[in-house]
Amino acid sequence: MTQLPAQTQKKLGLVIDLDTCVGCHACVISCKGWNTENYGAPLSDQDAYGANPSGTFLNRVHSYSVQPLATSAKPHPAAQTIHFPKSCLHCEDAPCVTVCPTGASYKRTEDGIVLVNESDCIGCGLCAWACPYGARELDAAEGVMKKCTLCVDRIYNENLPEVDRTPACVRTCPAGARHFGDFADPESNVSRLTAERGGLDLMPEQGTKPVNKYLPPRPKDEMPEFDVLAPYLEPVAENPGGFIGWLDRALEKL
Amino acid sequence: MAQPELNLSPKVSDEVRKTTCYMCACRCGINVHMKDGPDGKKRVAYIEGNRDHPVNKGVLCAKGSAGIMQVNAPSRLRAPLKRVGERGSGEFEEISWDEAYAIAEGWLRPIRETDPSKLAFFTGRDQSQSFTSFWAQNFGTPNYAAHGGFCSVNMAAAGIYTMGGAFWEFGQPDWDHTKLFLLFGVAEDHDSNPIKMGLGKIKARGAKVIGVNPIRSGYNAIADEWVGITPGTDGLFILSLVHCLMKAGRIDLDYLARWTNAPVLVDKDTGLILRDGDGKELVIDRVTGEPTAFDKPGVRPDLSATHPDGHKPVLHLMAERYLSDDYAPEAVAGRCGIPAPRIRAIASELARVAFEESFELPIKWTDFRGETHETMTARPVSMHAMRGISAHANGFQTCRALHVLQILLGTVEAPGGFRFKPPYPKPSRIHPKPHCKVTPGEPLDGPHLGFVHGPEDLALREDGSPARIDKAYTWENPMSAHGLMHMVISNAHAGDPYKIDTLFMYMANMSWNSSMNTTGTMKMLTDKDENGDYVIPHIIYSDAYSSEMVAYADLILPDTTYLERHDCISLLDRPICEADAAADAIRWPVVEPDRDVKGFQSALCDLGARLGLPGFVNEDGSQRYADYGDYITNHIRRPGIGPLAGWRGNGESHGRGEANPNQIDRYIENGGFFVAHIPEGAEYMKPWNAAYQDWAVEIGLYDTVQPYLFTLYVEPMQKFRRAAEGHGPIQPPDHLRDQVARNMDPLPFWSDPAPANLAADYPITALTQRPMAMYHSWGSQNAWLRQLHGHNPLYVPTKLMRDHGLKDGDWARVTSRHGEITVPVMEMAALNENTVWTWNAIGKRKGAWALDKDAPEATKGFLLNHLIHELLPSKGDGHRWSNSDPITGQAAWFDLKVRLEKVPAPAESKPSLPPIKSPVGKGPKDLAWKVGQ
Repeated sequence: MTQLPAQTQKKLGLVIDLDTCVGCHACVISCKGWNTENYGAPLSDQDAYGANPSGTFLNRVHSYSVQPLATSAKPHPAAQTIHFPKSCLHCEDAPCVTVCPTGASYKRTEDGIVLVNESDCIGCGLCAWACPYGARELDAAEGVMKKCTLCVDRIYNENLPEVDRTPACVRTCPAGARHFGDFADPESNVSRLTAERGGLDLMPEQGTKPVNKYLPPRPKDEMPEFDVLAPYLEPVAENPGGFIGWLDRALEKL
Repeated sequence: MAQPELNLSPKVSDEVRKTTCYMCACRCGINVHMKDGPDGKKRVAYIEGNRDHPVNKGVLCAKGSAGIMQVNAPSRLRAPLKRVGERGSGEFEEISWDEAYAIAEGWLRPIRETDPSKLAFFTGRDQSQSFTSFWAQNFGTPNYAAHGGFCSVNMAAAGIYTMGGAFWEFGQPDWDHTKLFLLFGVAEDHDSNPIKMGLGKIKARGAKVIGVNPIRSGYNAIADEWVGITPGTDGLFILSLVHCLMKAGRIDLDYLARWTNAPVLVDKDTGLILRDGDGKELVIDRVTGEPTAFDKPGVRPDLSATHPDGHKPVLHLMAERYLSDDYAPEAVAGRCGIPAPRIRAIASELARVAFEESFELPIKWTDFRGETHETMTARPVSMHAMRGISAHANGFQTCRALHVLQILLGTVEAPGGFRFKPPYPKPSRIHPKPHCKVTPGEPLDGPHLGFVHGPEDLALREDGSPARIDKAYTWENPMSAHGLMHMVISNAHAGDPYKIDTLFMYMANMSWNSSMNTTGTMKMLTDKDENGDYVIPHIIYSDAYSSEMVAYADLILPDTTYLERHDCISLLDRPICEADAAADAIRWPVVEPDRDVKGFQSALCDLGARLGLPGFVNEDGSQRYADYGDYITNHIRRPGIGPLAGWRGNGESHGRGEANPNQIDRYIENGGFFVAHIPEGAEYMKPWNAAYQDWAVEIGLYDTVQPYLFTLYVEPMQKFRRAAEGHGPIQPPDHLRDQVARNMDPLPFWSDPAPANLAADYPITALTQRPMAMYHSWGSQNAWLRQLHGHNPLYVPTKLMRDHGLKDGDWARVTSRHGEITVPVMEMAALNENTVWTWNAIGKRKGAWALDKDAPEATKGFLLNHLIHELLPSKGDGHRWSNSDPITGQAAWFDLKVRLEKVPAPAESKPSLPPIKSPVGKGPKDLAWKVGQ
């Protein structure tokens, strides 16, 4: 079994804004591209042009249809669609690490990133079983466990301009729904966003203490109907003749 | 255990090559990271967005990042192909380019010398239309267009005629200042990343988004308010908003009086605009009470006064129409599927934000009448719409209604509203008119496509018959500004209006997802006459990939992928400008093709020279442009104006200047694009802003300043209507008089497309959307993207699932008045309760795209296209009535009506077509695509 560090100097992670994510999968493919070419073994694809294509992805977007319950105030609430990107949450109490029989899975002491040392990984799959989020995928070609590295080979990379030292998914997100930073710093962008928008832990009851946070969707379909807004639609006229008369008076005031 | 040592700064790449994406039509800037391969050649290792680029500013969508799987796609064609089996079989042999050109020349030279209109040249998803149209014009055929007729011509043309531009390439919301954004009918759009970036900005500010769409996916999923409207009723909903706003006086009177034709007088007898001796529109001046030219310095146009002879201003006519209770929320609620109080609430919110949340930007400017204003007044309501409201038979008037709504609120070109992108604003009158005069052996008499202003501009032969094979610019659809690509095969097959010899197409998957009536189209492409000859004698097709259409051509000219070619995204064409800047861009071969393929435009340079087309040969008859890159650099369209605006002449002049042999290198040095910023003070109110107008002339967008009034009332439409009522020398055929008189209404109205589609028998509307990760289908065999969207069930709303006893995974037969398909279904709650839909173009034909024949795209995927006919049901009058908008000819594929029936699960979705033979074999089994070590 592998030990977690007692604490980490930084807590690097992501804020994912579910009020802004349009489910475009940009993060999914950007991640696939970077991590196929970079850290460890490429993310392979089996039966790539066949009947059952199946590849390794470190980040996937799921879509959910939600039907809010009727209330007396809203007897017919509109159904909603939620796009939910999911990758490793770099938990403080990461069960995928403690379950690892070889020490291949570990949590970095300096920044809290959970990584797999591929040369020590025997592909037993215990960590994927232990992860309550389904965030790890065994690469079928290489036989090693793959997971989000938080682009550890980008965020400190001196060959990249400073502005690009962010995870590929954050850099590419067109809607700006993904944010990267240090949750150990209360003044960081991610800490502030989490505080302002009520950022949530995913499945807190699992006791994993995930570092990544989700900003919940803002309330939807709340537009007050007519009464409250009536002043804005008070008629100036009931017929075209009255309207022309109003026009004349209104133009005088311009 | 100690942590392993990591290399935290691995080398990212050996070189970054910056070009323009073409995984869809958005045209983002990309950084293509190259690494040395084992053979020493540089290979594509990673693609990311270019932070400096005006379109995407560094971000990139899923398609863009998956470009690496496109440049290695097994479906890439490898060499020119000559058909050796029957059409449709997919049996080809690879031939040399010389042989391919000789075959093409053998077909094209004789028809050019005798009757150039025997060539129909249609270029699909082409983004080099200023080039391909130039080629067609030089050939001399009138039969040229791209795919706008089945895409969004209604939006584009309604925008041009109403206000001098529409959305996407024409303009965008003022994302930085808008406080309320209304999105109609968009799942994903051409403006793919900019819309996402804009929504992100709005969301970061906590501003509000209202989504009007029968389907709540994608952008509508994050809309604060979702209006699940009944498809085809957007126009009625919009005009009800107009009703509420006019009735409450919540319209921008100052804006309407100054910048629109609301105060312009309409002749009470003819419905035409009153003009002075110089042809200028007349208004009544509030100062003098006299009829006066609209642009006279000091004039204060009166919206209220009537001419002594009884001629009324446009706004009176609008009041007479839109204040009618026919447009009251209560009157439209049932048909639109939106409760009346909700319509009022939205109208109210528009009024509140436009007028109560207005603010002034401290921008001093002078208008075209010479009046100086100290500030610009914001109307922070913005809108966007595209195909969802366009692709209906009432689409043109619906799009007009949307533009009119924006104008009534005073949002167009005001801060916080809608902003044009150069070269727009551009009034309809300064666009070209259509040309169709054919002379054997000679070029056409002018550009094919343009904007008509009355019956005299129609593309008719002397006997009144259609000059064009697609019947664009005829009485059936007078304002068909983008042509009717969807009618070409059907008309050519029917010999109506005439027979053709050669059909030449580019990037248009007509035997699959780019046609209505797909099965019928395949039959038309393969039908033979009584002599055993094909009814459409010759078909030439160019594509980069083994698409379904390849099998239906006789000769294939293999195109390159987008990373292997030159292109220009030109101001002469469909540019990439932003509201603050004019911009254009290039593609260049960041990798050399490893196959015997050629950029299609380069092939046209060769073929044009072989045929001796005047624009493509030098005076001595030698080839003028070695390839497309040469054309981009050296072609001069008007004096000083070429395809690219940047670094002209000696490299120091922009916009205007002589050709610069080093121009493409300058683009490459600059990251593949050029930007010219609009000067300070000219950013808003552009149609009337002297500073903008002067700059536009300086940079070559206009040759003279072109201020104009927005046309709430479109006079050219009234001219067609007058003809239909019997006035004037050019008359419609009798069977079209009523249609023209009814539809060419100079003010927007709503008509119901449902009855013509037999909605009484087929009560459910069936729609398609494009997934964001596959918007534009030319990449859906992509190994990474097909793992996101490899299946396309029919999404069915909860109520219809229950009514039909369906559960997820069941199969349903979907029947329209034209055909039936059998497909898997899945429940979706956030969906209009009488609408079903699926992802478009996921379904593939067996044998195409180098996919396995058991690929889910082929076994469970399907197209709705089989259910849609290009013609409306017969009226028994002997005429073929096209399933199109009667104003523009836009394909009305969102008017599709169906019924559902649960059936036992078949082995495969139906219709199940036999496989076509793949000219490129099949893709590899597994992939692990790592270029570096």
